[in-house]
Parts: sequence; C-alpha cells; structure tokens
Amino acid sequence: MDTIEVIKKWVERNSEVLDLGCGDGEILKILSRESESTVMGVEINQEDINSCIKSGLNVIQQNIDEGLENFGDKSFDVVIMSQTIQVLKEPKKALMEVTRIGKESIVTIPNFGFLSTRLSLLFSGKMPVTGSLPKNWHETDNIHLCTIKDFEILCNESSINIIEKRFFNSSGNESLLAKISPNLFAATAMYKISQ
Amino acid sequence: MNESVGIVEPKKLTLQGKLDLECGQSLTDIEIVYETYGNLNQDSSNAILICHALSGNHHAAGVYEGEKRPGWWDSLIGPGKAIDTNKFYVVCPNNIGGCHGSLGPSSINKETGDYFGPDFPIITVKDWVRSQSLLSDSLGIEKWHAVVGGSLGGMQALEWSRLFPDKIKKAGIIAAAPKLSAQNIAFNEVARQAILNDPDFAAGRYLDTGQSPKQGLKLARMVGHITYLSEEAMKSKFGRDLKEEKLNFVYDAEFEIESYLRYQGDVFSENFDANTYLLMTKLLDYFDPAVDHQGDLARAFETIEAQLLVVSFTTDWRFAPERSREIVNALIAAKKRVSYLEIDSPHGHDSFLFADEDYTKGLSSFLEN
Repeated sequence: MDTIEVIKKWVERNSEVLDLGCGDGEILKILSRESESTVMGVEINQEDINSCIKSGLNVIQQNIDEGLENFGDKSFDVVIMSQTIQVLKEPKKALMEVTRIGKESIVTIPNFGFLSTRLSLLFSGKMPVTGSLPKNWHETDNIHLCTIKDFEILCNESSINIIEKRFFNSSGNESLLAKISPNLFAATAMYKISQ
Repeated sequence: MNESVGIVEPKKLTLQGKLDLECGQSLTDIEIVYETYGNLNQDSSNAILICHALSGNHHAAGVYEGEKRPGWWDSLIGPGKAIDTNKFYVVCPNNIGGCHGSLGPSSINKETGDYFGPDFPIITVKDWVRSQSLLSDSLGIEKWHAVVGGSLGGMQALEWSRLFPDKIKKAGIIAAAPKLSAQNIAFNEVARQAILNDPDFAAGRYLDTGQSPKQGLKLARMVGHITYLSEEAMKSKFGRDLKEEKLNFVYDAEFEIESYLRYQGDVFSENFDANTYLLMTKLLDYFDPAVDHQGDLARAFETIEAQLLVVSFTTDWRFAPERSREIVNALIAAKKRVSYLEIDSPHGHDSFLFADEDYTKGLSSFLEN
C-alpha cells in the first residue's frame, strides 16, 4: 500500500477530518469523495488555497506556527499532518496541538535516518539531497528533520500514544525491508497517534 | 479580463407586502431601485446578490449613458471578472434608507404627505436582508447562487446565510466584522456629531429650508475616509507632499493629503443625504448577530447551511483580519463549511474594491466551484 491507501484505510467513513498543511487538497479530495468525510484544510500558500477552493474544499489560510487555538479540543475525528512537521518552528508544540484537536491523528515524516540519506552524507560530505529531500540545505523549508528513532522518542517523552505505524520505501510503497528495519530502509514513516 | 458590462440603466419596483422592522414600525409600498448585469438562466440558479456598503448604492458596475465613472465594484463585476457576468446574473439593489432612489429619508411619507426626513425609522441589517428577500420574491429568484458584499455588505451576506438558509447557496463575506468595536463606533459618532451640529441640519428637516448640512457631511466623510485607507497607502500616495513648493504659514490646505480629503468630502456632500448617513452609521453600530445568543457567535451561526468564504486584507485596520477571524473561528466551532483568505494588499479597508489577483482568483474559484 502507498501512503494515501493507508490514510484511506485509517480514516473511518463519515469522519470529520482536518488536514494541517493540506497543500492543494489531494488527500482531502480523496477522503471527501471516497470516504464521505467532512473535511477542512489549513494552508498558508495562496496558490494551494486557490486549488482547494476550486475543488470545493473548505480551507483556512493560517500559519500553523502562529498557533491553532482556534480549533477546539477533540473537535475533529482525525487530524492529518502530512510531511509538514519538519517545516514548523516548534514541532513538539505542533504535535501536542495535533493530538489535542484530533481524537486520533495521522502524522507523516520524512526519515532522515534512511540509508540513502546516511550514505549521501557519508560519501559526499554534504547535506543529503534525495528523492524525499529534494532541495539544497539553503533552499529547503525543512528546518526540523528527524529520524524515525527521534520521532518515536519525542512521542514517548510527550506521552503521545503511537497506535499504529507504517513505513514506506523511496517509491512510496510499503516494503519488507522498510518493515524489518525502518530507521534504515524507510524513506517515509506514517503514525497513527493520540493523546 | 478588463471588459465592462457597458451601458447600464437602473430599474425600479415596488415590493409586495409589508416589512415589519426590528424597531417595531413597519413599511409598505417599498420602492427599490436596483441594477442587473448578465442573464438569468432558465432555472434561475445563477443569480448573485451584491450588497452595498455604508455609502454605496445600486450602481455597482458598468456606466450610465453619457457618463464616464463606472459603478463602485466595476473592478470585480463584469465579463471574465471575479464575479463573471458571462456566467452569473448579478443583482445590486439600493438598500432602504438609502438616498439613490429606494425608499429612504428623502422619500415622501404617504401617511403625512411630507418627506420622512429624520422620522424615517431606524433600519437594521436584519431589516435590509428581509427587504432583499422580498426583492428576490419579486424577481422570481427562489435561491441565490451567492450573496456577496464587502464591509457592511459582508455583514448583510453573513446575515443572509443566518436568516434565510434555504434561499442562499453561498455567501462571500469580505472585509467585514461580526460587530463593531468601540473604536469603530467612536468614529461613527464623530461623523454623526459633525452632521448633527451643522446649523444647516435643521433637526433633519433641511429639505424644507432648501439648505443642506454639507459642511457636516463633508467632515463626516473626511473622518470616515481616513479609516478606509491604510497608513502605508496614505504614505505612498501623499506622504508629506505639498501643493506648492513651500509652506505659507496659513490654514489653507497645504499638504496634498489635506486637499485630497477636502475634495473627497466635497464630492460626497454634494451627492449624499445627511439623514441617510446618520441612519447607516447607526445601522452599523447596531449590527451584532450574537446579541440574541448571549454573545455566543457560534450559536448565532447554527442555522447556517451555505458554503461561506471569508476574506480579509492585511492592511485593513477598520475591520482588521482579526475581526474576520472571529467570524471564521465561530463558523469552525459551529462546524460550518467555511474557507478563509487573508490577502496581502496595501489599500487598507478599501482593498475590497481593488482587483488584486489573489483576491479575485479566490473569489471566482469560490463562486464557480
């Protein structure tokens, strides 16, 4: 399965879903169409917001770094934060907020411990530029990259409960290697978490 | 993109039935002047109602025969524009209490045979929306595709979605607020005092004397106008530029901003009615949909079924983005379908009148999705 298929599986039908950093609304469109979910996105990029509005999605222009107090406790069945936490100023605070707002949350991270990332740094001596981290260090929005190990330590320290996790290779699919040794062979990790 | 709807003409009709006002009085035989642009489709499903703001009127787009100045929202309404008249049938009425042809303080009161003047009842946003609903009945429009407005117009769009959930599919609430702040009311009060204290106001019966409180209206408009512009906009447009090259040590208008404000005030005082201005500022002050719900805005929004778009502008300090976010957050809490855009624009509160690309794209995407 790829990431979207797992999300579709994890989100029950007719759920209320909030996607923080929803981009052009790809995930929300699928969830609203196929799972009949009531969806809302939060995004900061104007073009992405326009795409969402064009698709009939509800989207709020808001900077996640400036807080999410306007969303009530457990006001959504599922809060999704996909490939977003690494660009935020305060990932820990964001994680606490995500689990406060959602009864359950789905968080996806790029794994900095991925073998090709490690090799890239080891052999080139430069910040890794890979499929899931495509930009140079001075151009990337990613300011808080972490490994799968780091992320799980943070969840543990923050008393966040990991309900389920899935690991994906660089082509975005689940694989046996990524399952056996995720921190080395998974390019992306997806967690279902709650408070 | 910059096509115009061309030459337009105002239309007039008399609303059927009686309108019971919030103040306890009622109005009958209400004449409404309005304009339409574009064509109504067969099942009447493409109609958009435009609500005007404080000093606005029904002339939202196009030009009158022999005139050059286009309607106040011509930048957004027209073929291929944000509110696309190739797709939509756009209706813009002059609200009751106005001074451009609809029933208002300068109209004749049939009961007395005299004009209403200061005796015209105080109207509220709810009354306006109810009168617009009567207008939709007269026009044969059962459900508006959208109701859209900026500033006080946005408040009407919001009220529409609350009061007539079955008659509105979408609402565009632009540069609005859920209610006025103390500062907003304070500015309105200065404007009212300027009019009320003009000797030519004659307790509101100036039509009898043949005089008009132009000086008061001018001052009212000048103070209002300051709140429509951002400091940035004023700085880049006027700065401290002088009309002449040197200071003359007199009290005439020496700085460009002074002569600009005086000019704006003069033009306005020639074309607007003082009683209408008093009425409309009061109507703004009274607006507060949460007041019947112990101040809980989310509860006030419970009846809403429409899809909503709320838009604010970064340099607007009259109704700043925080005020729009109050509306948005209450809608989120009430689990309503809402989108929110915060547009980076330098024009202050007046930004809603300018065809900024992000703004017009967002609005057209919303209306056409």
